[in-house]
Amino acid sequence: MKALIDALGPLWGSLAGIGLSLVYMVVVLLTVAFILWFDRKVWAAVQMRKGPNMVGPVGILQSFADFIKFVLKEIVVPSGANKTIFVIAPIITVVTSFLTWAVLPVAPGWVLSDMNVGILYILAVSSLGVYGIIMGGWASNSKYPFLGALRSAAQMVSYEVSIGFVIVCVLLVVGSLNLTDIVNHQKAGIWDWNAFAFIGALMHGGSPAKMGMAFVVGLVLFAMSIVFFISALAETNRPPFDLPEAESELVAGYQVEYSATLYLLFMMGEYVNIVFMCAMISILFLGGWNLPWGEVTNPFLGFLVLYVKIWAMFFMFAMVKAIVPRYRYDQLMRIGWKIFLPTTLVCVAIVGAYVAFFGGNA
Amino acid sequence: MLQIAAFYILAAVALISAIMVVSAKNPVHSVMFLITIFVTTSGLFVLAGAEYLAMLLIVVYVGAVAVLFLFVVMMLDIDFVELKQGFMRYAPFGGLVALVLFAMFVLVASAVVEAKVDPHVLASPTPALDVANNTQAIGRILYTDYILFFQLAGMVLFVAMIGAIVLTLRHKPHVKRQNVGKQVARTRKTGVENTKPKIGEGVTL
Repeated sequence: MKALIDALGPLWGSLAGIGLSLVYMVVVLLTVAFILWFDRKVWAAVQMRKGPNMVGPVGILQSFADFIKFVLKEIVVPSGANKTIFVIAPIITVVTSFLTWAVLPVAPGWVLSDMNVGILYILAVSSLGVYGIIMGGWASNSKYPFLGALRSAAQMVSYEVSIGFVIVCVLLVVGSLNLTDIVNHQKAGIWDWNAFAFIGALMHGGSPAKMGMAFVVGLVLFAMSIVFFISALAETNRPPFDLPEAESELVAGYQVEYSATLYLLFMMGEYVNIVFMCAMISILFLGGWNLPWGEVTNPFLGFLVLYVKIWAMFFMFAMVKAIVPRYRYDQLMRIGWKIFLPTTLVCVAIVGAYVAFFGGNA
Repeated sequence: MLQIAAFYILAAVALISAIMVVSAKNPVHSVMFLITIFVTTSGLFVLAGAEYLAMLLIVVYVGAVAVLFLFVVMMLDIDFVELKQGFMRYAPFGGLVALVLFAMFVLVASAVVEAKVDPHVLASPTPALDVANNTQAIGRILYTDYILFFQLAGMVLFVAMIGAIVLTLRHKPHVKRQNVGKQVARTRKTGVENTKPKIGEGVTL
């Protein structure tokens, strides 16, 4: 954005920046539309059903039909609800879920805002997302949404902690808070991707002590990638951690009273977050836009590679939804606080010790 | 030009929200406006070139502290009439606090404080931006010169946390808790027992 303003002057530069943001949003929304269809198709295939198959070839336009249905329905505001906050809550969810995309580099050189503190920005904005849920639950003026909101807010806050520590591990190894730097650190090929760096450590050689430590740190990062994946499931309220909704045993949590467009906004925000988490896993652990056998410098190819990785990660999300039974709430809290938090803390200490004694850039 | 516009918009929103925090009727709305202040203030930090502080302000205050505020305020059973009656009683005290704070602002703004401090006495002057970005600058100061205070602050928070847990922890007898390790370790041998009770006799469990 700053480069645009420097090149085109303040007026046209900021207009071009706004245009670019709109392009980002449209691409993300289209991705969400097709990924929703893909989600339902995978789920159906696992259960030997057909899934959506009426609108368009193999039902591929189902999400657009759903969109029209949601928009045309009536918005019901319950009596006694706090009207302003009731309407603002889903908007906050959707806005914060889009805001995080601003610092996400999607290809070499393609990023809206190449911030030095990109990761911190992501943590900050995604911690705002919880307000949409709390406000929505409270403004509905009904006990079920309120209890549901408390439940899901507690869940999101708990898993943010372990996500933060996992990210700290990656940051320590890479030595930068900038997402582009994190991707460039993994450009040498699949064995240098953070998730598989333990094999790369053995291939690079060096003194036995350093090689051994690098191997251990690589293993830690591999474990961290799994912890991040599970925490991402919990953070985005995906099954098996979809306690806020749990549509087969509870009412729909904080969104009980929502209908039509407002409900659509909640769901859209959720799916935009899911796609974002898939992109984050690809960037932090799976080499971003780099191919398994080497670096990519062409932005178009890079975007394609990252896009394929996002879909592959989402396929994992969809399979987890299809095959894993839902957790009980106390088990969810147990995993978050008693297993992930201590594990990630120890891992931060290990990675920190490695960086302190053998220097950065593992 | 853009920066000036952004500054005035953010500052105006922050000031208006600050007034709304004290004048809003519903405490939940007050907390919402407080969150608006935090967000706009972090915007002002970004404008001042302190992007690390800005992000930290949102992560810590908006992401954690204000969520707890909101939890507590939402759970309260509030009587608005009673709330209004207390206003005049506490008004002088609030006014006094506001006056002291305002005096401090004026002192800083008119540089009375700064003029009397010898610049060499200042422990750590802010390094230039091209020497270290502000994440590094804060890290260097925090983990070298101020490490003792940093650790002490951490200890104080830790003690407070343990205190809160000790005060609220209650062990209820006769509550069955899940022992995941025990459940996972269960095998057919430990879980199933075959008996052949005679007719007319039962099984003692």
